Amino acid sequence: MVVDELTQEETDRLFLALADATRRDIVERVLVEGMSVSRLSSQYAMSFAAVQKHVAVLERAHLVVKQKNGREQIVHADVTTLRRASALLEHFETLWRQRVNRMEDILADDPPQTDADDRP
Amino acid sequence: MPVISTDIDTGELTMTLVAEFAADTARVWQLWADPRQLERWWGPPTWPATFTAHDLRPGGTTRYYMTGPDGDTAAGEWEFTAVDEPSSLAFDDYFADENGERSRDMPVSHMSAELDSAGDERTRMTIVTRFESIEQLQQLTEMGMEEGMREAVSQIDALLAG
Repeated sequence: MVVDELTQEETDRLFLALADATRRDIVERVLVEGMSVSRLSSQYAMSFAAVQKHVAVLERAHLVVKQKNGREQIVHADVTTLRRASALLEHFETLWRQRVNRMEDILADDPPQTDADDRP
Repeated sequence: MPVISTDIDTGELTMTLVAEFAADTARVWQLWADPRQLERWWGPPTWPATFTAHDLRPGGTTRYYMTGPDGDTAAGEWEFTAVDEPSSLAFDDYFADENGERSRDMPVSHMSAELDSAGDERTRMTIVTRFESIEQLQQLTEMGMEEGMREAVSQIDALLAG
């Protein structure tokens, strides 16, 4: 697995972008299929301009990309960035799965330990 | 397979794993409480861990190092933030340098384990690992990558040989 280096600045932007519940929600909504900014803004009790601002923050953090479609701006999730975080977390999942299997082996091998066992 | 479920939250940067064991919580707690047992599961067979200090109390410190096949060592330190025998523990996981000193420039990750009784002689264990940033996650993965890959390869070898 090759992981592109993120600069501190990029990392900060990414986390700032994901720190807001509305922005996380926007990312989730556009994960599978793109959505226009106007359609997105109809989902929230805030102005079109406010939603546009959120989208701009996400765009700067490389979490979404905007595509022009006639007069509409279609927002898509930038899956590469999300996939990177996901792939890294999966690595830790594998690590823990292996640990849990070893734990199970120990439990299968050993009778329960009591303090009495530790006495010389 | 003891693992019941895993959940990865990219937004929160957490990995949650739930496993069930055929043993009571007191017995499963021993896996965490007894450093000799910790040594048998914390590091992969190719990178066994040696625990040199293990003070399982709130504020207590645990020190360990792992030894690779080429004799390389990687050291770590835990600081327990919560311990409630035999049901839960939480700690911050730091890197340490070759002298066992906590390294200041390496990011810390957070880990918690909860043990719940799941009926007669059964225990459900929930592990949550939380990272502070993708950059940190990347750093940790790169450091652990080799170890994880070697481990995977040795497991495949064992399967093929079996």
